[in-house]
Amino acid sequence: MALIAEAPFAFIGCSELQESIAHQADDEKELAELIEEVPLDSIHFHTHSYFLRHGLIEGTYPNDFAQWVVMQIGDHVLGERLAVLDPFDYPDLENLREELISIIDDHLSRSPIIPRVVFGQPFHFKRSRILEVPIGLKAHTLQDFRDMVADIDVSTIYFHMFEAHFRLRRAENDFSAWIRTSLGLTNLADRIRSINPYQGSLERLRSKLITACDEFLTGDSVKA
Amino acid sequence: MNSALDEYREVSPKGTVDFLYRLSDLVQGKSFLHLNAVRYGGGMSEVLRRLVPMMVSLGVEARWEVLAGSQEYFVVVTRMLNALQGRDDKLTDDMYQTYASVIERNAKALKLEADMVMVHDHQPAGLVDYRTNGCWLWRCHLDLAQPQRPAWAFLRRYILKYDAAIFSLSGFAQRLPIPKFLIYPSIDPLSPKNRDMSRSEITQVLDRLGIHRVKPMLLQVARFDRFKDPLGAIQTYRLVKRHHDCQLVLAGAGVMHDPEGEAVLMELREAEARDPDIHVIQLPPEADLEINALQRSATVVLQKSVKEGFGLTVSEAMWKGKPVVGSTAGGIAAQVVDGVTGYVVHSVEGAAFRIRHLLNNPGLMNRMGAMAREHVRRNFLITRQLGDYLTLLKLLPAT
Repeated sequence: MALIAEAPFAFIGCSELQESIAHQADDEKELAELIEEVPLDSIHFHTHSYFLRHGLIEGTYPNDFAQWVVMQIGDHVLGERLAVLDPFDYPDLENLREELISIIDDHLSRSPIIPRVVFGQPFHFKRSRILEVPIGLKAHTLQDFRDMVADIDVSTIYFHMFEAHFRLRRAENDFSAWIRTSLGLTNLADRIRSINPYQGSLERLRSKLITACDEFLTGDSVKA
Repeated sequence: MNSALDEYREVSPKGTVDFLYRLSDLVQGKSFLHLNAVRYGGGMSEVLRRLVPMMVSLGVEARWEVLAGSQEYFVVVTRMLNALQGRDDKLTDDMYQTYASVIERNAKALKLEADMVMVHDHQPAGLVDYRTNGCWLWRCHLDLAQPQRPAWAFLRRYILKYDAAIFSLSGFAQRLPIPKFLIYPSIDPLSPKNRDMSRSEITQVLDRLGIHRVKPMLLQVARFDRFKDPLGAIQTYRLVKRHHDCQLVLAGAGVMHDPEGEAVLMELREAEARDPDIHVIQLPPEADLEINALQRSATVVLQKSVKEGFGLTVSEAMWKGKPVVGSTAGGIAAQVVDGVTGYVVHSVEGAAFRIRHLLNNPGLMNRMGAMAREHVRRNFLITRQLGDYLTLLKLLPAT
């Protein structure tokens, strides 16, 4: 008989409204200066909600800064250094901001010129307002959860995996927290917690979640 | 269940329709008024025709009002459009007066009360002088990056009275002290221009246009003007032709009363006369099925523009599973994911190089086409725009 959760998991999706802020960079030095200056919302937008806008197709580089220096300036070295940065390694956005600036400053200190846009587009800083939308689905068992994850809008996966990181201020995400506390499935919770959302699109994340649940449900995985 | 939105279950991303139902729960009974200058013609009207009934069916009191203007007024706003997009069209004080008079007359005739009022482009922008309640948004579909200063100064006085402005791209906006939101335009996958077509239906249309699918087809759908660079498309085709026996189709709207457009068309006709594999097709306005059939028949779609608005013909082609080789102008690069759904190029040579690469790799072309369709499904369909507008209605308070 399926394990019934102490409390159901209520799925929440989200909708993003993008806002332009009056800052634009034409070269890498300006980029670093403006990263220092813009609101933290903007750092969040260009490193996190990037994934909300790339639900299926994984860009070559997993944040807007890396993407811009490669695509618009043609600086592959800096692009690679910014791309490898994992926002999960930083406790908050201020630390992430510091690291971005440090990477760019270090890169510029080794470069004889300041790489700038010649034929491409400037970097336009943006931020977003996120609207939480309860989607009316509640999972009472792991099977419910798995079936709902398979059909929900990808913004729901974004909300519970990415937004949770900053809301909970710990490595846990909403899914692993519920599986741990309401279902008591520690091993499965650990596995879902260990999925790094920054390494793939939201659809890839959906597949990993379903695979983890399926393997557990069919007994392929070590049970809690 | 609701038919206006449920029709999109099969074409929108997984879970989207249910998500929109839940999102609409947050704005039940609120009123949303769209104001623009034309009921028919142009992508904006095409989308509003579908979007407004969808909003109504979701419990939003949505309305769409169209400004009534004189012939003189439409001459003025056309000149204003050109000036706002950087062309050297001068406007006189009398013209500005004509604009203000038409706005005043319409303000008396139209019911402007709503929780949210979205005013599209410059033609009805002055109605903000007569605002009463609600949150007023100026939705700009134009590229305002380099406007003629007098025209923008005139319009800007009105725009400052709005609560916020909405642009399609950051690069299209001017500096403004009000919030500037960014919302991509969208295509309607169920409209005649984008709906599925059977093979026989496509063949019928192509026969009518005198196009045969014997050779691989490079296609550019765009107005015949220099900004769209159809002559660059021909140069590209010639570089490709050295290696691949292909044909080029240039399809676009007519150029009546446009001396520059007529000059471009004449050059294209000369090129067409010298090469039987170049086809220049002048289409009437709203030749939706013809464009649909051509895009579905293309091997590679080219968008070689040197200046462009958002360029939704790119998304239309991508929706039909075609890889697009496009320039960096306007919104083209925002739609094409370089190396995944097509290629972003910077020159005639770059375009030719990428097209040759695609023609040599049919498997790659198919994969890119499939990714292109999925990319549009998630980012450029009307269902996404509906979600954006419902979000605005919820997040922006009425004043």
